[in-house]
Amino acid sequence: MKLHEYQSKQLFARYGVPIPKGDIATTPEQARQIAARLDSRVVVKAQVLVGGRGKAGGIRLADDPDEAEQIARQILGMKIKGLPVRKVLLDEAADIETEIYLGIVIDRAQRRAVMMASAEGGVEIEEVARVTPERIFKITIDPFLGLQPYQGRSLAFGIGLPKQLLSSFVKIAQGLYRAFLECDASLAEINPLVVTEEGQLLAVDGKMLLDDNALFRHFELAEMRDADEETPEEQEARRHGLSYVKLGGEIGCMVNGAGLAMATMDITKLYGGEPANFLDIGGGAQAEKVAAALRIILSDPNVRAVLFNIFGGITRCDEVARGILAALEEVPTEVPMVARLVGTNEQEGRRLLAAADMITATTLAEAAQKAVAAAQTTRT
Amino acid sequence: MSILVNKDTRLIVQGITGREGEFHTRQMVDYGTNVVAGVTPGKGGGWVAGIPVFDTVQEAVHATEANASIIYVPARFAPDAILEAADAGIELVVCITEGIPVLDMIKVRAWLDCLPTRLIGPNCPGLITPGEAKVGIMPGHIHTPGPVGVVSRSGTLTYEVVYALTQKGLGQSTAIGIGGDPINGTDFIDVLRLFEEDRQTEQVVLIGEIGGTDEQRAADFIAHNMSKRVTAFIAGQTAPPGKRMGHAGAIIEGGEGTAAEKIAAFEAVGVQVARHPEEIAELVQRQV
Repeated sequence: MKLHEYQSKQLFARYGVPIPKGDIATTPEQARQIAARLDSRVVVKAQVLVGGRGKAGGIRLADDPDEAEQIARQILGMKIKGLPVRKVLLDEAADIETEIYLGIVIDRAQRRAVMMASAEGGVEIEEVARVTPERIFKITIDPFLGLQPYQGRSLAFGIGLPKQLLSSFVKIAQGLYRAFLECDASLAEINPLVVTEEGQLLAVDGKMLLDDNALFRHFELAEMRDADEETPEEQEARRHGLSYVKLGGEIGCMVNGAGLAMATMDITKLYGGEPANFLDIGGGAQAEKVAAALRIILSDPNVRAVLFNIFGGITRCDEVARGILAALEEVPTEVPMVARLVGTNEQEGRRLLAAADMITATTLAEAAQKAVAAAQTTRT
Repeated sequence: MSILVNKDTRLIVQGITGREGEFHTRQMVDYGTNVVAGVTPGKGGGWVAGIPVFDTVQEAVHATEANASIIYVPARFAPDAILEAADAGIELVVCITEGIPVLDMIKVRAWLDCLPTRLIGPNCPGLITPGEAKVGIMPGHIHTPGPVGVVSRSGTLTYEVVYALTQKGLGQSTAIGIGGDPINGTDFIDVLRLFEEDRQTEQVVLIGEIGGTDEQRAADFIAHNMSKRVTAFIAGQTAPPGKRMGHAGAIIEGGEGTAAEKIAAFEAVGVQVARHPEEIAELVQRQV
């Protein structure tokens, strides 16, 4: 789950990370009031869950409350990479001397949380990793010992931090790790962590990604979810316990199992089509869940054919067939369907679908080819 | 492959009184797996499908000399169940559970690295040595004994491939699902090493997917350490970056972990990569 900059920074602040004075505005008038209250130059920052806000004109400096109101009016309601800006953060502008990168990620190969620091702050860390990897300093954090001060110091020395900032940097690093740990994050990043002209460290930006699997034990954090992060269909899917990702193609896919669902998407492309979505109905899906899944797929106007690939182990093919037929009664459609059902109760499942004039197939390759062909017929 | 599960496996089912636990216990017993005990805290003294239930793994091991455990316990309790089994001296723990927090798994795996316990999973279908023992949720009837070792991050995609192999008369020595999570107990290299040492296994099928670098490291291992032929398939060539594709570990992050880079890594070391799941069986057949 993605958190906004303002949410990430508020969490970081709880763990002792210094952040700029600032507040959120949802209207230009609020922006003016906040700027007036801060009584300084402010940065007006679009709060959207995508990168590249600056380049899109979503981060701008305002010299006074009038300008803050004007800029907020322009930024609010803007769309950045398709997402509407509903909130802006107004932060007291800092006088920046240097920019540092400080972040924590999960390194899968090491099976550890890794903290990275770089004197190349303010740019994408992936770019630094690509161009000048030697400018990134990393420490591996032991899951039982936690982040040790000497590790924080090694990062500070690596990036050439002025000696007088050593202990406050270590405190910030420890605070960041505690935030990461206690919020069950998979990413916690301060980019940039600046050294101000007054010689203080300040987290001017913040980003956190939370582990979806851990949200069950973070009710307060789960409530911070921004509905805009997901499309309405993805939200609907999540409500039904389905895994759904919208893509751009014309072959809708319904499959049981994530790996098989990905393979099914891939095979439609192999035979000349494009997948419209990833959809995993999970194991043992009941008719009602299948019906919900079909409704979601058919709500996509790009879909010109639907491919069902069900390999039934716990999942019963006849149950899936009933679900498909139930959905078709609720959502009658002209869109052609190809069903490939293999496994538990496959005979019964196929019998039920054949009675509904559905195109059937025995192999996945055959099903994919038929779906692609059916989609082309629909187009013409 | 008699190294992990076989006729001598004596299996505990943790979470046996739950809906999933009970259903799959019956399935495993029907297959012929030697399920010797179940554990559900507080339900000790009861019976499920003719299997005695105990309050703790320790008691179950003491009473039955169990040497393996399978866990059907919800995500919030699963790490504890794994640690309990390890502490009771269980050598092989298979965790089916999906949804365990990553930071929990980092700790559990770090802890297990200091113990003789091997963990398979979590978020996996388990493993099966056809004709001997089924320790998992896979449909037993599509498997048949034979010379092909199968290792996969997936569930139903594995069944798809196994089904095609069986239909061509290419039986399986052991089929193992290592699971779809980013941090797990056993990775591709761990299994490849076992297949290389196993006399029954003559060639290997590896089913990967987007996310992480397990396949890339496996390709390097194959090049330097394996004499047996490996055929691969990678799911997710059409997956978009940054989106979790069902499995917690199936996500392309920072441009890393794409299907293309995994396929390239395998082809660079001479591992044939099938274009779709059914093609794997054809490629394997040509090698026999």
